[in-house]
Order: sequence, then structure tokens, then C-alpha cells
Amino acid sequence: MNNWKWDVFFEAFPIVAAGLGITLGLTIATYLFALLFGFVWTFINRIPLKPVKWLLTWIMEFIRSTPPLVQLFFIFYAWPMVPVVGFALDPFTSAIIGLGIHFSTYIGEVYRSGIEAVDNGQWEAARALNFSTRQKWTKIILPQAIPPTIPMLGNYLIIMFKEIPLASTIGVAGILNLANSYGAANFRYLEALTIVALLFLVLSYPSAILINKLERRMNRRFIKGEPTGSKPVEKEKGAVSQQ
Amino acid sequence: MTEPIVSYKDVHKSFGDTEVLTGIDLDIKPAEKVAVIGPSGSGKTTIIRMLMTLEQPTSGSIIVDGKNLWHMEKNGELVPANEKHLRQVRGDIGMVFQHFNLFPHMSILENCMTAPVHVQKVSKNEAKERAVEMLEKVGLGDKLDNYPNQLSGGQKQRVAMARALVMRPKIMLFDEVTSALDPELVGEVLEVIRDIAKEGEMAMVLVTHEMEFARDIADRVLFLDNGVIAEEGPPADVLENSTNERLQSFLHRFRS
Repeated sequence: MNNWKWDVFFEAFPIVAAGLGITLGLTIATYLFALLFGFVWTFINRIPLKPVKWLLTWIMEFIRSTPPLVQLFFIFYAWPMVPVVGFALDPFTSAIIGLGIHFSTYIGEVYRSGIEAVDNGQWEAARALNFSTRQKWTKIILPQAIPPTIPMLGNYLIIMFKEIPLASTIGVAGILNLANSYGAANFRYLEALTIVALLFLVLSYPSAILINKLERRMNRRFIKGEPTGSKPVEKEKGAVSQQ
Repeated sequence: MTEPIVSYKDVHKSFGDTEVLTGIDLDIKPAEKVAVIGPSGSGKTTIIRMLMTLEQPTSGSIIVDGKNLWHMEKNGELVPANEKHLRQVRGDIGMVFQHFNLFPHMSILENCMTAPVHVQKVSKNEAKERAVEMLEKVGLGDKLDNYPNQLSGGQKQRVAMARALVMRPKIMLFDEVTSALDPELVGEVLEVIRDIAKEGEMAMVLVTHEMEFARDIADRVLFLDNGVIAEEGPPADVLENSTNERLQSFLHRFRS
């Protein structure tokens, strides 16, 4: 094969970059889907029934242990053939649902860890002030549970962004798909795919730095003082002379 | 005889295989101040936690202002209470915790406004008025916009009291509210409780290790031991003239 050609690079660039809107749009849509669906896992998991918990753990384990590509293919190619409940979905929607559900299992874990980090005393105080179950979640627990997990959620955004090209396999016309077509039509894969790599690098690297910064800011904000009820264990002993 | 505002009837509580409370019978009159003392593990905190609905009794019943707390009537039968019933009954009860449990994501003022606004559906203006008045009363009128992590332990505990008081409960529970404080901060918190007690309208149950304080403000002192109320009466009787050996050895540890 012949070597790198800049004129090809510049010719291919706008053609490949035209898919950026689709790739970013799909990323955002899938991410929002995963953020919402993550709550579904989290809340089902809190139902105090053993069978529900077992079933849920099993389903989540299943989703995480199968490759997202297989799930994507299943939703796009196999789901329409499932009797009664099956129906056909366009590639974009299939990708949102397939990748969204896959990543929601991880996001659900993040929420769970955030919620568990909220001190039990916060629940008790909410109860003592007679908040309803809904108010307890929206006013007291989630506002404390979610902010510390924002860096972790951001990391998943970047991880997910890098998995989004999987959607090209079912025909979503993102940058990888366009680069592939360009390469096939002109026998110039080198420049086209380099462009894809560059675009991903340019987008994920600054995001990673941003999230890193965010993480440090969050740490500063939540670790000092009385975050979610740090227990002053030391003081306890010195205070009253009983023990 | 005035009707008791709270009445425990043969209340038992077990955690796993350990029975912590083995039959509590207790009437608390409106505006009565009751101090609960006893060795750690005697179940004194559990007594008030069951009243605040933070622990469910294993058996027995608790009546609050004529209403059964943990049970409700359904088709003429007594069944375990659901959350809705619990919400209706516990509205009259407020609690202050050992570890304050302030909401760290809210300012001091918001801490004291959120429950009146969202639970009691009081207007924001009125809630703010109430909150400011109460925070001034506990001596924190200048800290309204501060956040809990900017306060000392004693200040946090005073905010926690204001937060409970703005709900205007008929019964206030204090769970070892000075135990997590540095010794030099204990006084300011006790001072506030003393002021509240003087106003006199609320029933108060204080689980405490502060014997002097209990003697000062309580109408009645309960000594809890081995899961039962082993001794009760006016402070002077219980704290000075009791012949109960367990109580004497318990008190002795405080004097030494």
C-alpha cells in the first residue's frame, strides 16, 4: 500500500467529521438513558424481598457478563423475531437501548454506592422530621448521595463514549461508519481511520482532565467537615466520664 | 388524673436473640420531664427510638395521645401500622440525636425550614419566621447562612434542637445529646434544654449521663437495668435515697 497522503486526509476529514453529530448525539442519548435506567435498578434493588433481589442480581450479572456487541445484535436482529413482544427498532434506537441498558447496570452500582455512603443518621433525622418516603429521597438522601458520585458518573460517560462506535455495526452512521465507507470506496483506510482516532482523542482526553478536576473539587467539598455524618468517635470517648 | 400523652404497655424489644427490653410499662404525662438513666446496653436509647418509630417493638404497644403507634385498625382488627399511619401519629414527636444528624447539604436556616415547609406545608415566609425565631432562641441567630460543617459540636446540637422545635412537637426526645460533645461544649447545650424545659408545654424524655442535669430538670427519673425499669421516682428519691444496689453502684461510678 502507498503511504500517508495529506490531501486524502483533508478530503476525508469533513466527510468523516460529518458523523460527529450522530456519534455525540447517540452518546448523550445513551448516557441519559443509562442514568435514568440506573435508578430503576437501584430502586428495584431496595425492595425488601429476597426473590426480587436474587432475580435482579442475576439479571444484572447476566447483562454485565455478555458483550455489549452481542446485546446490540440481539436487540437489532433478534428482538423483532421474538414472538408476541418483539418488534423492529431502527439502528439509532436499538443502540440507545442496547448500550444504555448495558451501562445502566454499572451506573446503578454507582448510585448504590452513593446511597450507601449516606450516614444512617440522615435517614433517621428525615424520619424524625416526618418526611414522606418520596421527600426523604428527593430532599435528603439523593442530594447527598449523587454529588459525590459525579466524577464516577463522568468516567462512565467517557468509557461509554468509547464504546459508542459499536453502533456502527448495526448501521448507525457515526464517524466510524462514515470512515469505513470512505475507506472502502477509496481504498484509503489509513487516513480515514486516523481521523476517527483523532476525533475520539480530542474529545475524550479533555473530558478526562475535566472530570479529574471535578473529582478533586468534589473531594475537597465532601471530605472535610461533617459530610454525610462523619461520626466524631474521638470526642465521644472524652466527653462523659462514664466508660 | 390527666391522661398520659405517651403510654408504653408491656413493651418488649429483641435484637436477634438478645432481648434488650423485657416488659416496659410507662406513662408519661403531658409536659412531664422524664430522665432515663442506666448502664450502657440497658436499652434506654431503644425506649425512645421505638417512640420515634426508628425501632419496632417486638411486642406490646405504645399509645401516643390516644392513638396506637405501631398498630392500626383494619376491618375491626389490629394490624401492624403502615407508613401512612406512622406518619400521622409521629407528627407530634420530635427528636434530637447524639450525633446531631444535621443535613450537611443545607444551610442552618434551611435545616430548620425544610420540614415545616415540606411536611407541615407551612408557607415559606412563616417557616422562615419560625426558624429564625427558634435559631435566635438557641443563640445562633448570626449563623443562619452557615453550613453545618462550619459549626462546633455544641452549635450543631443547638441547631438540631431548633430544627426539632420548629415542628412544635408535643413530645421531645433527647438521645444522649451531649455524649458526642467536647466537655467544654456540654454546658451551652444543657443550658438550651433547661430553657426549653422551663417553658413547660412539651413532654420531654431525656436519655442522659448527666446526673446533675437530670436532677435539675426532671420531674421523674427512671433507672433502666437489665431491660426493665428497675427504679423510678422523683430525682431526689432515685438519685440519693434509693436502696437499689445496682443503682447505687451505677451512680457510684459517676461520683468517683
